[in-house]
Amino acid sequence: MANVLVVLEQRDGTLKRVALEALAAGRALADHLGGEVHAIALGPPGLSVEAAGAHGADKVFVATDEAVRLYQSGPYAATIAAKAKEAYTAVLLGATALGKDLAPRLAARLVCPLASDATEVAVEGGALVVQRPIFAGKANLRLRVTAAQVVVSLRPNNFRPVEAARAGAVESIAVVDAGGARTTSVKAPEHATVDVAEAAIVVAGGRGLKDAEHFAILDDLAAAFGGQAAVGASRAVVDAGWRAHAEQVGQTGKTVSPNLYIAVGISGAIQHLAGMRTAKVIVAINKDKDAPIFKAADYGIVGDLFEVVPRLTEEVRRIRSA
Amino acid sequence: MKIAVCIKRVPDTEARVKIAANGAAIDESGVKFILNPYDEFAVEEALRLKEKMGGGEVVVVTVGGDVSQETIRTALAMGADRGVLLKVDAMPLDPVPVARALADELRGGGFDLILCGKQAVDDSSHAVGLMVAELLELPAVGAVAKLEIADGKGVAEREIEGGVEVVEFTLPAVVTADKGLNEPRYPALKGIMAAKKKPLDTKPITLAAPGLEFAALAYPPERQAGRIVGEGAEAVPALIEALRTEAKVL
Repeated sequence: MANVLVVLEQRDGTLKRVALEALAAGRALADHLGGEVHAIALGPPGLSVEAAGAHGADKVFVATDEAVRLYQSGPYAATIAAKAKEAYTAVLLGATALGKDLAPRLAARLVCPLASDATEVAVEGGALVVQRPIFAGKANLRLRVTAAQVVVSLRPNNFRPVEAARAGAVESIAVVDAGGARTTSVKAPEHATVDVAEAAIVVAGGRGLKDAEHFAILDDLAAAFGGQAAVGASRAVVDAGWRAHAEQVGQTGKTVSPNLYIAVGISGAIQHLAGMRTAKVIVAINKDKDAPIFKAADYGIVGDLFEVVPRLTEEVRRIRSA
Repeated sequence: MKIAVCIKRVPDTEARVKIAANGAAIDESGVKFILNPYDEFAVEEALRLKEKMGGGEVVVVTVGGDVSQETIRTALAMGADRGVLLKVDAMPLDPVPVARALADELRGGGFDLILCGKQAVDDSSHAVGLMVAELLELPAVGAVAKLEIADGKGVAEREIEGGVEVVEFTLPAVVTADKGLNEPRYPALKGIMAAKKKPLDTKPITLAAPGLEFAALAYPPERQAGRIVGEGAEAVPALIEALRTEAKVL
């Protein structure tokens, strides 16, 4: 049996986009292997999984309980591992904060290998092959799976959800209570904005901003895009304490793949480029025409960011209101 | 309080990655190796906890070749008490055998807390620490940016998309460190001298068979060369035009 199990991530009872991305990867893999896509979701009572059938799931196991409204590592790992033991060739999930935490726990319980943050999953010569970036994207490693089962976490914003209507038959299962550490609450961030790793547009600032207060011009630019943009930061400015680590893009921060990445006053150190080189379009604004960031950028403006950025904000506002 | 810290030797994040002539690994010549930055946070946290509790032991453990002794010495120079090198000929591409080796070493060691970096900056599997926890059947919190330990209990905060999870657990437990947990100390000269005399136990081991094998290693596709659309604020309309009509992202 060459079935694939896809772990569906939910937030507040609704499936996240990354769940649909994992379904797309699972559907392609199952079609190749001649198997089915089964999905599994844990969440609060009322959890809606209808989207799973529309996006390629043949069957959906749902374990709802008030106790797993928030991510709880013990019950998640125990419930999903119990299901995954039923001979699935691959267990797929998004490499989000939840997925990165859950995937190794599943692999350890299933005594099977783990390939993290994959950007490609394929079947070559009858074997499962997974591609994953290493050294924060400075190289791509392809791995052949030699075990009977594998857990693969998938890089978000990399697989495109597909419309693939399947039965999506829902079957309720019980949450396996496994103890362990317990999540008691989720604190909202101080600035309620879209996360830099999930944003369609990232406006990132570096040392060229000269001061923490000057990030206000980037906040303004992000705001001009109307809620789909997040502010990112280079390692230098996070180390200087100007911005929170949650916003850091690069090898010791987040790896982002937005549609548009605007690098402002960022020189383009290797470790930074590693974190954003998979952006669809990169714009660089820097006063130093020789800055390495211009080599990575699709479009560049050489100039004083304190003049360029406010003008850009104004233009973005104008076209968005048009 | 007895604390174990799992560490790894990795290439410096500023290092340029060059694929070796055999095409199957990176060329290590001229590359500076460092203690994995996330492991540095873990070592620092262990030292702070030991200092706060007024005693105990901090043991650093790594899986690697003889060269990893240097990485252990770095942690010892920061203040760890002793080191264990689980010596292997080569590191696997699958994190599971590494986690199993570490779990086997730590099992029965009487550790109150096992700290690890949330991930190594080379292969970034974000796996070994949490796997060790599962193998030892201990509660674990991953990617922790704030940690408080008191009376055999812990409260950790970890960043998730658009929020911060607050997680409670009882000791013994495994915690993996994210950036922001603390500001690691630089080893002082005195610490570096002292580290040379601290116990470092080398144990040759055989890793379990990996479930993943090498298929290929390649550079990511080059981005197509971009262009400078202009200078200063006057170039903004040309940029907007390019983003709308060429790139079609606005």
